Amino acid sequence: MMELICPAGTPAALKSAIDAGADAIYCGFNDETNARNFPGLNFSRDELRKGIALAHGRGAKILVAINTFPRASAVDIWHRAVDDAASAGADALILADIGLMDYAARRHPNQRLHVSVQAAAANPDAIAFYAENFGARRVVLPRVLSVPEIAEITRESACETEVFVFGGLCVMAEGRCSLSSYATGKSPNMQGVCSPPSHVTYEQTAEGTKSSLGGFTINRFGSSEPAGYPTLCKGRFSTAQGAGYIFEDPVSLDATTLLKGLRDAGVTALKIEGRQRGRAYVESVVRHFRHALAALESGSEAEIASLKPFTEGQASTVGAYRKTWR
Amino acid sequence: MNDPSAASPGPLPTIPPLVALAMRPLPLLPLQLALGGVLQRIYRRNPAIFDRLGDHARARFGIKPIDLPFAFVVEARPRLSVVRDLPRGLDARISASLANLLALLEGRVDGDALMFSRELVVEGDVEAVLALRNAIDDAQLDLAEELSSLFGPLGAPARRAFEATRGRVIASSGHGEQSR
Repeated sequence: MMELICPAGTPAALKSAIDAGADAIYCGFNDETNARNFPGLNFSRDELRKGIALAHGRGAKILVAINTFPRASAVDIWHRAVDDAASAGADALILADIGLMDYAARRHPNQRLHVSVQAAAANPDAIAFYAENFGARRVVLPRVLSVPEIAEITRESACETEVFVFGGLCVMAEGRCSLSSYATGKSPNMQGVCSPPSHVTYEQTAEGTKSSLGGFTINRFGSSEPAGYPTLCKGRFSTAQGAGYIFEDPVSLDATTLLKGLRDAGVTALKIEGRQRGRAYVESVVRHFRHALAALESGSEAEIASLKPFTEGQASTVGAYRKTWR
Repeated sequence: MNDPSAASPGPLPTIPPLVALAMRPLPLLPLQLALGGVLQRIYRRNPAIFDRLGDHARARFGIKPIDLPFAFVVEARPRLSVVRDLPRGLDARISASLANLLALLEGRVDGDALMFSRELVVEGDVEAVLALRNAIDDAQLDLAEELSSLFGPLGAPARRAFEATRGRVIASSGHGEQSR
């Protein structure tokens, strides 16, 4: 059966994920070393050690995301994160930067390493580079590939593959997107924050709610219109060709209907996005996919609750997995 | 375990306008004293909330239940005021139905999901609001337990009454016990 990899932004969410049936939980330290560096979120060193003990006691694994790119003047922060996660007993480290991958492979040769989606490794040659040079055992594939492409990559790769099945849909080349940085000076790649909340404002106007990022208007939602995150890639803009969503609608990925195809493609693990979400999200989404996977294994029809209430814009898509525009 | 085949939950109910109107003349001071005591107890029992608030531990939050004729000003010191209208100068304002605000406090609903469905409105310092939301979500509060502490020796029956009320509200919307 494919592994279910679940998000946790807090120790309480980690426990919820275990209770709901996660095979593994990914989390990060409360600093700029992970790509979900939001206020009030993430784990202290002590919380991580306790979380690992709890997970191992319940038969689950902990994967630690150290998946931002080290600043030249502060590489020690990232090295310390690798050392502390390894010594805490993490089952794997999820890394993006090749320098950090090299450090982890040399200093902790027995530590299992995964290639973060932030590395944007999207072809067998790139994946082979991580596997051959650093002993990486798994790659988290970018959300820009179709299921047949995933099958081909998995067939040709020495690494296990892990793919996203639910949550925020990043439509850019991950680890290389500078939209947030352009608007705010901060990005998920360096500071661990896409659309940092310190630069977000919501304003109630006669036309509805106006969301802005770094002074740029991202969207204006009517009073009954579903809303999305205030990210530039999901913004609604006026252009010479008209007004609308230029890059992508506010919508979440939901690959529930594609689980059989992903299994047949040879995928090892399914990942749920959402370390910034609350316990209610973690509990419901993890339980949903645990049930769907059980139904897939038994060959029965899964009658499962809709995840629509948890989706951005109250809408979902299978994204590039069922690519029709190429 | 909740039934995974159950329909997805609908919106939590709001307080009927006539009931809210009837509450308008009520004095605010007794409510302020009672809830202030509950807030102090919550912070005393969950000091990690301060850690997660970080730089925002001194922020003043205005909480406005849209279906009640009064609002709350909350500070992490801890301090709580009950007011008819939220004052100016707050760091952030959060408004939603009372049921949604209570469900958020207990981690039974997801804050982002409420934003997407427009059932939660945030204004002001979004970073402070996120820190507060994450701190509270991690605290795993049980409001029936916290509120029943007000009732001294009658705490046990009060708790059962609060739990029964909560159960009826949750059941009416299709929300399961998924976040316990």
